[in-house]
Parts: sequence; structure tokens; C-alpha cells
Amino acid sequence: MTPEGSLLAAVDLRKTYGPTTALDGAEFSIHPGEVVAVMGPSGSGKSTLLHCLAGIVTPDSGSITYDGQEMATMNDARRSALRRSEFGFVFQFGQLVPELSCVENVALPLRLNGTGRKSAERTALQWMERLEVDDLKGKRPGEVSGGQGQRVAVARSLVTSPRVLFADEPTGALDSLNGERVMDLLTDAARSANAAVVLVTHEARVAAYSDREIVVRDGKSRDMERVV
Amino acid sequence: MSIGHTLLGLLESGPRHGYDLKRAFDEKFGHDRPLHYGQVYSTMSRLLKNGLVEVDGVEAGDGPERKRYAITEAGVTDVQRWLATPEKPEPYLQSTLYTKVVLALLTHRNAVEILDAQRSEHLRMMRILTDRKRKGDLADQLICDHALFHLEADLRWLELTAARLDKLAEAVIR
Amino acid sequence: MSLRQWSRDLGMGFRFAFTGGRESWGRVLLTAVGVGLGVALLLLTTAIPNALQVRSDREYARADSTYSGQAIPPRADNTLLVADVDTEFRGQGVRGRQLEPEGSKAPLPPGVGKFPAPGEMVVSPALQELLNSQDGKLLRERLPYRVTGTIGETGLIGSAELAFYAGGDGLGPKVNGSAVTRIDTFQPRKAPSERMDPVLLLLVLVVFVVLLMPVGVFIAAAVRFGGERRDRRLAALRLVGSDSRMTRRIAAGEALAGALLGLIFGIGFFLIGRQIAGSIELFDVSVFPSYLNPTPTLALLVAIAVPAAAVGVTLLALRGVVIEPLGVVRTARPARRRLWWRLLLPLGGLALLYPMIGQGRTNGDFNQFMVVGGVILLLVGITALLPWIVEAVVGRLGSGGVAWQLAVRRLQLSSGTAARMVNGIAVAVAGAIALQMVFSGVSNDYTEDTGQDVSRAQMTVRLPSKVPLAEADRQLKQTKGVRHTLALSDGAVADRRKEPVNAANLTVGDCAALRQVAKLPSCRDGDVFTVQNAEYDTATPKLGKPGRKLYIDPSYSTSRGKEVVWTMPQGIKQAAQGKDPTGWAREGILATPGALPAKAAPAISGGVYVGLDESVPDAREYVRNTAARLDPLADSTAMAATSEARRFESIRTGLFVGAACVLLLIGASLLVSQLEQLRERKRLLSALVAFGTRRRTLSLSVLWQTAIPITLGLVLASAVGLTLGAVLLRMASTPVRVDWSSVLAMTGIGAGVVLVVTLFSLPPLLRLMRPEGLRTE
Repeated sequence: MTPEGSLLAAVDLRKTYGPTTALDGAEFSIHPGEVVAVMGPSGSGKSTLLHCLAGIVTPDSGSITYDGQEMATMNDARRSALRRSEFGFVFQFGQLVPELSCVENVALPLRLNGTGRKSAERTALQWMERLEVDDLKGKRPGEVSGGQGQRVAVARSLVTSPRVLFADEPTGALDSLNGERVMDLLTDAARSANAAVVLVTHEARVAAYSDREIVVRDGKSRDMERVV
Repeated sequence: MSIGHTLLGLLESGPRHGYDLKRAFDEKFGHDRPLHYGQVYSTMSRLLKNGLVEVDGVEAGDGPERKRYAITEAGVTDVQRWLATPEKPEPYLQSTLYTKVVLALLTHRNAVEILDAQRSEHLRMMRILTDRKRKGDLADQLICDHALFHLEADLRWLELTAARLDKLAEAVIR
Repeated sequence: MSLRQWSRDLGMGFRFAFTGGRESWGRVLLTAVGVGLGVALLLLTTAIPNALQVRSDREYARADSTYSGQAIPPRADNTLLVADVDTEFRGQGVRGRQLEPEGSKAPLPPGVGKFPAPGEMVVSPALQELLNSQDGKLLRERLPYRVTGTIGETGLIGSAELAFYAGGDGLGPKVNGSAVTRIDTFQPRKAPSERMDPVLLLLVLVVFVVLLMPVGVFIAAAVRFGGERRDRRLAALRLVGSDSRMTRRIAAGEALAGALLGLIFGIGFFLIGRQIAGSIELFDVSVFPSYLNPTPTLALLVAIAVPAAAVGVTLLALRGVVIEPLGVVRTARPARRRLWWRLLLPLGGLALLYPMIGQGRTNGDFNQFMVVGGVILLLVGITALLPWIVEAVVGRLGSGGVAWQLAVRRLQLSSGTAARMVNGIAVAVAGAIALQMVFSGVSNDYTEDTGQDVSRAQMTVRLPSKVPLAEADRQLKQTKGVRHTLALSDGAVADRRKEPVNAANLTVGDCAALRQVAKLPSCRDGDVFTVQNAEYDTATPKLGKPGRKLYIDPSYSTSRGKEVVWTMPQGIKQAAQGKDPTGWAREGILATPGALPAKAAPAISGGVYVGLDESVPDAREYVRNTAARLDPLADSTAMAATSEARRFESIRTGLFVGAACVLLLIGASLLVSQLEQLRERKRLLSALVAFGTRRRTLSLSVLWQTAIPITLGLVLASAVGLTLGAVLLRMASTPVRVDWSSVLAMTGIGAGVVLVVTLFSLPPLLRLMRPEGLRTE
């Protein structure tokens, strides 16, 4: 029942961690350039859904198709390569490498893809300008504020021009104003790059930046668009 | 808040007398504003006229309080439609939403769906506000923010209620 | 501040250590294991002098005066005949004695309950095992006695010693004060008191310093295990109102708890190690567990010093850290490390050692304190210099791959941690390089050139005089693995029957054999030669005159000879000096067998020089078996070009045993800190994996992260080690030579430890890189 034209879709995902059931028949789909919020209370399985969609975690059962390809048929190396080149990631705590400077952090995904240091950092700087953090390039993550760090993380997630951006509570550690700023920049940048965004959040004001939302509750997801 | 829909909903679990309806309403929803008998009678006669309720029986004696009302097919459909329609997101919705949730629980309808539908409606509104805010000037932003924070508060309440549905059901049906 | 406050804060820290739940228990346990290993090694070290003492005591308790030159007591009810039948099996010495009691009160050797009857023997447990094994087949042929019992621990000097006592028969006539003697007691003679050679003493001191320094560094690192988490807890304490001094004392209390538990662990490890020590043999030295008793004062010192050091190190480590209520502030970018005071340490060490250069053996004493102090300063200098060098070098390291970049940046941010990690290895390697250098330099002085010519013969078999030499020669020639033999008999001739004034050596052999030991003008059987121009030999010209009446094997006050009369024949020829295969330039009188009276045979003893076919395995064992078959008292010796002084060997043994333990210890600590570091970065690692980082990249970066500081550490260690070695050699007045092979070996071992540690930390790394690490709950 994969909706026509979807870039990334999941059907009937199930995943348990030991005795806890994280996903219990979750469904998902996203179109190119679409921003979809994944909402739900803590522990509902939002993050697990994101990890499955991104190919970080293999679901126990169910199918995930990306760009017409079944994820389950890809080996780890192929999925890693996919994450390097087609996906981007932003987490609640930037997860910037503390010992690398900001520009080096942003350039990291490009370098993992084999781009040379110079050109990687040049591209990185362009993205940092877009997220208005280019003045931080020589600083280390420990020396910048939370909001700035998160913007650097967004720059890092977009530097490879991914087709899907996964954002897990990207504003979770920020105040309203900083959170808003990050969301503005993130969605603008993603839309202008025509990247789809899977936005995991429990905050309505963050979810309001999405085109539509999906609610996860007890490991089951509801696509609200189709309910109404 | 629609008293008519609420009373109709209360009738769904079985025929009741007028005074019985008032007591049930006050107990479940009228914490700060108990119904007047007058309100009950006028509402019931309107519902009667619209064919949403019928008189099930009249006890010995006189007066409307002796009438026993029962809900009709049309009445059930009306309640269903009312519950399924999300409220227009606006401040101070909670009493209506609360009524809807409780009624849904009382009538063994799916309360989660009501909450989800409402959430969806709220979010739609918030998207519009967010969009307007991004395109507007500072004044727009401040005004939109005010609305957004209120809507967010409602949404949080929805979320919390959803999480406490089981407990609420216990309390309501008791 | 009052003592009460101190003890209250320490006590609080103590409680925190044990009541903080699983995490703090884990930390205490980690520290305790680390400290425990260190303590065990320290205790073992303090036990070594004692163990060596017990060994030598036992050795003297069973001394039986063979070869002692003491007067032989007359036969009596309490006398015992002892024959030395030592042998060697594949390079291992086997102590053997034949015992023949001459009366009911004959003394029993220690560890033996009853004299073995002729044809029987009692053996040490190790020998028993060897004889029972497949490997011991050849040795079993050599010892054709029935085993009737084992020798108790009191009669042995080590658990792996090979020894036996066999029953003797008819030893009486063979008593000669050397191989066979008569004794009336095993009462110990006094151990000969040897003044330790100053150079050897120097080496012993340095060995101890070099081995114990890394242990100290290791303990210092161990009390800091889990430092980051502890800092967070301390910040929480500040939040609830303790001042910064209190916090520090509480931290010290926690460390103290770990150290005290470590002390207990250490005693446990030591007891286990003691048992294990009983079952291993290193460099021919084995001990019984009961020998390893720490010297009480030294053990007490360990018990006090270790906890004190734990507290000291913690207080010191917290100096650079400001614990604020809301977290730990490390002086964000620490002040650039200064070089000058770091250089002061090694320079100070050199300054202490310098005045002693050239004192060597000639004028005796080294000031022990200056030696120890100098060496310690030099080695501590490494721990001070290394952080500076790591910082300086890492700060200049340029670009590279992602793995390299990650590693270098991490090192730049926390070069101190990295340096601390390798300090132990660097100190150990520097010390070991210095010692190896000194050993190979000094060993030339302490290795005596035996002068033996191993190209002509590889074994000698000395035979008791009753064994016919010709028959022995024939049998040895036929023995498997023997290429050629040279049979010569030796004796002494003198001018008088008893207490002679002039005496000369007598060598008897056929013409071919005599030509091997001297240059003869011509030769046929019946000829006699005198060796000309032998140094210090004044007797031969007097004795070697035709018609002169000489006595073969004269008697002296301590031993009775055969006193065979020999009249020198006419036509004595002159021979020029040569060397026999043992390197001995023979002097005195050479005779062909025909020139001697028939009665002379028992008065001279035969020997056969055996040339081996080295391609035959166990050739030496076959020769020894043949010799033992000819006569159990036959003495077979493998020849060697050099021999080392025994004492020197034991120091070297100590070094190797110690270095092995120390490297093991350091490897363990490296692994622990590596794992801790990884665990702290769990989330980050998962995130990196999430955006597609290859496992290889991260593994490689972990390797670089260890390899870079280790490389720097090893370079510095080599430099300091070579300097120290050179200085020590100069102190011993020995020419300085760099032993590159040992430098290479030592740095290689150090690098190997790193590699092994990295390998061991890879599985946990891969496990930590699993996406589950992204989950917040």
C-alpha cells in the first residue's frame, strides 16, 4: 500500500528490544521535498521509527522502500553508503565531534564520502553561511552556544545535499527563540534543496513547520492526513 | 459548548428523566456552572421538536420533570457527527473538548480518534499561523505567537488527556 | 583545618565509593584491581631477596663437601660416602649423588627419609615427571635405578629442580676428596660471604628502580580511573553546598577507598601469584611458594605508601580542575606547557650521575642514593617531558584522512590524557633499553673467555682411573652422533714419594693424540717428551732427565696417592707447546703408553675429547649415556667458548621476569583507560555511525589515537634509555656501545603491547558503535 510517488515508505514495521515493543505495525511514507512530523509521547517508538527508516536499525519485520529499493535487501555497507550520500542527520544534542572545529564537523560527511579536505571545507562554509554560522568556523563545539551548535549540526546534515533529512528532536535542547530559528533555517534550507524531512518531535510548535504529521502511539502510527 | 449534544450523548446510554439528566450533567460537566431546570426543558423540547429524542414514558403526576426521554436514531447520528467534527481551534476550548471526550467514553466510542482529529485540526491552524508568521512583520509575529502558544497549550492538554484516557474512562464510567 | 574535618571528609568520600550504586562500585573495583596488581608486584619484589636467601640457605644445608678440599674424616659409624654424579640433560642441570652409608648413624641429606639401597634412587618431583615422560627416555637410560621415593621440599632449592640420590656401592676405594668423599654431617658450612661487586650492585639498584617506576606510574593512573564521572558527582556535591576543599578531600577519600581495597586485592593477587610462581621456571630458576615471603618492613612500607600515594595523586590531579556547582571546569585551554622545568628533571638526573662517571670497579663505591636518585630523575623526566612533546608534535601534525584527522584533533584537545596513558610504557622501555645496553656492555667483562676451542671438540668425558681408556675411547667412538675422539690421560709426576718439592704434569696418549696437544719432532710408541719453554714451569727441566726416578701420583698430607715408581727412559725428546681442545697449553712431560710401567694405569686418569656431529639431535645426551654406562662417576662436560658469571645471570633473570610483569600490568591499564574513553563517547560514536561512518574509519582513528603518542613515547624512551645506558656504562668504565638490536626489541615489545591493546579494544568499540547507542533511555 505504498502511496504512489513516495520517496521513502514503510509498511507494518515491528521491532522489539528485549521485552519492550518499540514498533508494533507502524507505517510511514514521505514524498520528495515533503516535511513530515512524527509526533507522539516519549517512549512511543518515534525514534525507533526514525532509526528504522534511516537504515540504522533493522526492523524485525515489515518493509521499507527507499526510492523503489527494498532496504532489507541491502547489506550494512550499502546502507552506510546510503546514509553517507543520500541521508542527513540532526539529533537533539548536536553530536558534533568535540575535538573538530565547526567547519571540520560540517565537512565531515563530505570527507567520509571521499571528498578532499579543501573542497569539502569550501562547501561546508557555504552551508554555514546559509545557516548564518560561518563566523564560527574555527571554533570548537564546546566554544559555541547550543543554538549555534545545532545550526552547525543542521549545516552538517545538509552539506551532502541529501534527499532525506532525519531530524530527531532537533530543538529539544533549545529555548523557543533558538528552536524557532533552527526550524526556520532547517525547513527553508531543506525546501530550497528539495530534501524531504522526517522530523521527530513532541513539540507542536516544531511540528507546525511540517506539511503533515504522523502520530505514533504504543508503536503504532497514524497518518493523520488519511484519517480525516 | 453544545448543551443539546451533551444531553443527547448522555441519553445514549439509556432513557432518562429530565431531573436525572440535569443531575448527570452537573455531576460530569457542570462543575462551575450547574444547569437550570429551565435550560434542560427548553433544550429537550427543541430536541424533541427536531426528532432527535422521543418521550419514552410519562410517570404519574404532572410537569416535564416526569417525562422520560430516549434518544432516536437521528439523535445518535447527530452525536456521532458532532463528536467527529474537530472544534475550530480557538482558546478556551477545553470544556467542549472535555465534554466530547467524556461523552465518547460514556458511549463507548473511540475517544483517541476525537483527540487525534482535534490535534490534526490544531496543527493545521498552527501551520497557517507559523506560515503567516514567517512571512509577516514583527507585529504579525507577535500576534501569531500568542495564538500559537495558546494552541500549543491546548495541544499539550490533548496529549496529556490522551495519555490519561484509561484513568478517565474508569472515573467516568464508575 | 582540623584533623576531625579531614577524617570526616575522607570518610564521606569513602562511603560514596561504596554506596554510589553500581557505577561507583565498578569504579572502585577498577581502581582496586589496578592498585592490587601494582601492590602484588611490589610485594613480589620485596619477597625476592628473601626467596633468594632461602634458596641459598637450602643449598648450603645439603652441601656435602665434595671438592671442598677439607680433610676427609676416617671411616666410622657416622660416616657417609658421597659421590658426585651430576649430569646434564638437554641443557638442564641434574644434581646427582650416590650415597653409601658406612654405619648406622650415617647422616641423611635434607628431604630424604631413608637411604636408597644400591640400584635404587629417590628423585625430585620434577625429575620424576621428566623420567616418566616421553622426553625423558634418554635420561632414563642414563639413570638405571629404580625410583623408590621422592625428595622432600627441604632438600630442594626450587620446585623445578632436577635432583636424585642413588644408592652407592663400593665407593670406599674411590674416595679422593673431590668426586667421591666421606662426610660425617650435612651440617651447613657458612655461606661464603661475597662482597657484592659495585658494578653488579649498581645494576641491581637500577633494575629495581626501572621495574618499580612504571608500577608507580601505573598506580597513579589507576586511582584516576573513571575520573570524568567522578568529577560530575563532585560537581553535584558542590551544588548541595560543600566547599571546594571539602570536595577535594571527599575525592581523596574515594581514591583512598579504592586504594585500600586494592591493597586487599593485592595481597590476594600476591598469594595467587605465589602459587603460580611455584609451578613455573624462568631462566633455570624456580622457587617454592613458601620461599616468597615479603620482608616485613618492606611490606609495611608498601601498605602505607600505596594508600598515601593514592590520596596524594588525587589531590594533585584535581589541582588543575575547578569543580563548580554546575559542572567541572577544566581551565578551558590549558596554559601552554613550559619546557624549562621539564628539562630540569632529566638534567638533574644526569647531574647526579655525572660525578660517578669512570669510578668503575677501580675505586669501588657508588653512592647508592645518587645512583637511585639520578636514575629516578631521568626516568621521571620522561613522564614530565612526554606531555610537552606530545603537545608540541601533535599541534603541528597536518592533514590526512578522516581517521587521522579525528585522532589528531582528539589528541590536540587532550594531549595530557594521551601522554599519561603511555608514560608507563615509555618509562619501562627507557629503563629496559638502558639496562640491556649496560648488560651487553658489561657482560663482556663478566663473561670469561674459556679459551676452549669448540671447533676441535664439543665435549670432554673425564673417566675415573679404573676405566680402561682404550675401551672407553672405542665405545665413545661408536656412540651415535660422535664424529671423532681424542683420548688422553693425565697425571702428575714428582721427585719424591710424599710431599714432593718438584712436580710436573704428565700427559699420556698415543702418538696421534699427543700430536694434537703439542708439536713433536717425531714419535713412536715408547717415546717420552718434555715440553719446552712452558711459562712458570721450573720442575720439568729438573725432572725430565734420563734415568731419573720419578713417582707418579705422589701423596700429599690431605690425599694419598698411588706413588708408582717410574724411571725416565733414555732418549727423551723435546716438544714445543701447543693447545688441547679445552684451550689448555699443556706443559710438563708427555708420554706414549709404551713408555710407562704397567702399574701406572690406575695412577693416571683418562679423558676423551669428543667431536660431535651436530646434525644428530641429542648427540650430547648419547655421549653422556655412554659415559654413564662406562662408569657412573664419569664426568661429561659440554664445552663452550664463553661462560658468564652466575651472579650476573641472576640479575638478568630478575630483569626479564620483572619486565614481563610490568609490561603485562601496563597493557592492562592501557586497555582499561581505552575502554573507559570509548564508553564516554558512546553516543557520539553511534551518531557517527548513523551518518554513515565506516567502522574501519573509526577503528583506524582509535589506532592512530594510541599509536601517535606511543610512537612519540617510544622515541623519547629510546633517547633517554640510550643516554642513561651510556652514562651507566661510563660509570662502570666500560666502552659505550649501542646495542641496536635490544633497542629495537624493546621498542618493538612496547609497540606490540599497544597493538594488542588496540586489538582487544576493537570488539567493545564495534559493540559501542551499534545504533542502540542512539537511544536516549
